[in-house]
Amino acid sequence: MLYTVVMEDIAIRASGLVIEKQKQSVLNGIDLVIKRATINGLIGPSGSGKTTLMRAIVGVQSYRGNLEVLGQAAGSAGLRDRIGYVTQSPAIYGDLSVWQNLCYFAVINKATREQARAIMTKVQLASRADQLVASLSGGQRARVNLAVALLGNPDLLVFDEPTVGLDPILRQELWGLFKELAASGKTLLISSHVMDEAERCDNLILIRDGKVLWNDTRVKLLENTHSSTVGAAFIAKTMEVE
Amino acid sequence: MYHIRASFATMVRIIEQLMHDKRTIALMFLAPTVLMTLLWWVFLNHTSVFDAIAPALLGVFPFVIMFLITSITTLRERGSGTLERLMATRISKGDIIIGYTLAFGIFGVIQSLITSLVVVFVLKIDVAGPLWFVILVAIADTLLGVALGLLASAFARTEFQAVQFMPAFIFPQLLVCGLFVPLAQLPDVLESAAYWLPLTYAVDALNGVVSSIDITSDMWRDLLMVLVFMVGSLVLASLTLRRQSK
Repeated sequence: MLYTVVMEDIAIRASGLVIEKQKQSVLNGIDLVIKRATINGLIGPSGSGKTTLMRAIVGVQSYRGNLEVLGQAAGSAGLRDRIGYVTQSPAIYGDLSVWQNLCYFAVINKATREQARAIMTKVQLASRADQLVASLSGGQRARVNLAVALLGNPDLLVFDEPTVGLDPILRQELWGLFKELAASGKTLLISSHVMDEAERCDNLILIRDGKVLWNDTRVKLLENTHSSTVGAAFIAKTMEVE
Repeated sequence: MYHIRASFATMVRIIEQLMHDKRTIALMFLAPTVLMTLLWWVFLNHTSVFDAIAPALLGVFPFVIMFLITSITTLRERGSGTLERLMATRISKGDIIIGYTLAFGIFGVIQSLITSLVVVFVLKIDVAGPLWFVILVAIADTLLGVALGLLASAFARTEFQAVQFMPAFIFPQLLVCGLFVPLAQLPDVLESAAYWLPLTYAVDALNGVVSSIDITSDMWRDLLMVLVFMVGSLVLASLTLRRQSK
């Protein structure tokens, strides 16, 4: 039987995707398939085009070629309710309290206050509700940033380096939450330049110098490269290309 | 319905942000009043001079202050990534601009009212025309400051640049608007240039109310022109917001 993927199973599909910034090519005609309800690691060194790809997926970066997200062209107005975007540096208001931030974005993302409260509890910030975001620790701010992206129950969650600067326990908890989200049918795309993060993903997209080196399951990557770690596999794949 | 809610929520959010910054609020509400009082004191022995220029300055001070506050706040939103986050949601550019205009408009109206009431009832300015018109033009000027601030923020990369826009774009308007030299006495080129600048109309309206008992059609035209510039700046400002970066 031919390997076919039913349309409904695909969350993101790119073909011949080209992105240029200031006449510099960032992504060089890449192809990509990401299945629904999976945790996908977007792994590559800094400057490899991870953030640019994510920005195109969430609709704030112009592109050429095909980029289909949840069955619509990336950037379509119909997608704006369905994607949660967690930027690398928290994009929240430092001069508002945690609860004020959540209330504002709840209106914008069409979530109810009850949902906002539930999410605040989920990211363990209920006790900080009235604290100004500027006075929170880095890890707490990262959780507010995450909470905002969860408002409105989006189908696709795009996380740009979500665990940078978090302590190991918090990181562990965050990955627990990611697994929970994927189990409930959400698609997660998580970028990282740390290879041990990659070990926790179902699928991996290895990206380097604007090219995709791998886009399949982690298990297959390890088999394919006869490696025991994703880090070793990444190096093997890079050597293969060069 | 969504867009009304989103605009309103944006307005509330900006007001909440400013409410956490008590010092800025105090400066915003008190600085123009303090300046007007100082001016009154300077001209204590020449009260007719104060009566002649105070109405024009009633329009100018809030205009300048709201320009600065609006451009820097908006610039911060662009720089902090929150604007990009908003652009990835359903909210429209218009919702954001309306939210900003309403929030700063409310602060601006309060500021204009405080300054106008102090000038009228404490400093006892003596103008021929109706005081409500003075206050109306002062409020329109404040809103113009908000609109130009929103527009200016699009052209500033840093807060340094935003502050420098004041001498670059606001001071020239101050010099040729008829405050220092009546328009008719300006060199021809400057006089025609002045008619392309919004502050000229604001000051013309306020100067009119000093000497004229009735509100003339020229004064209504001036007020209308201020509002036209305001709406034009807001439309341009919303065009400078981009959902997708190139």
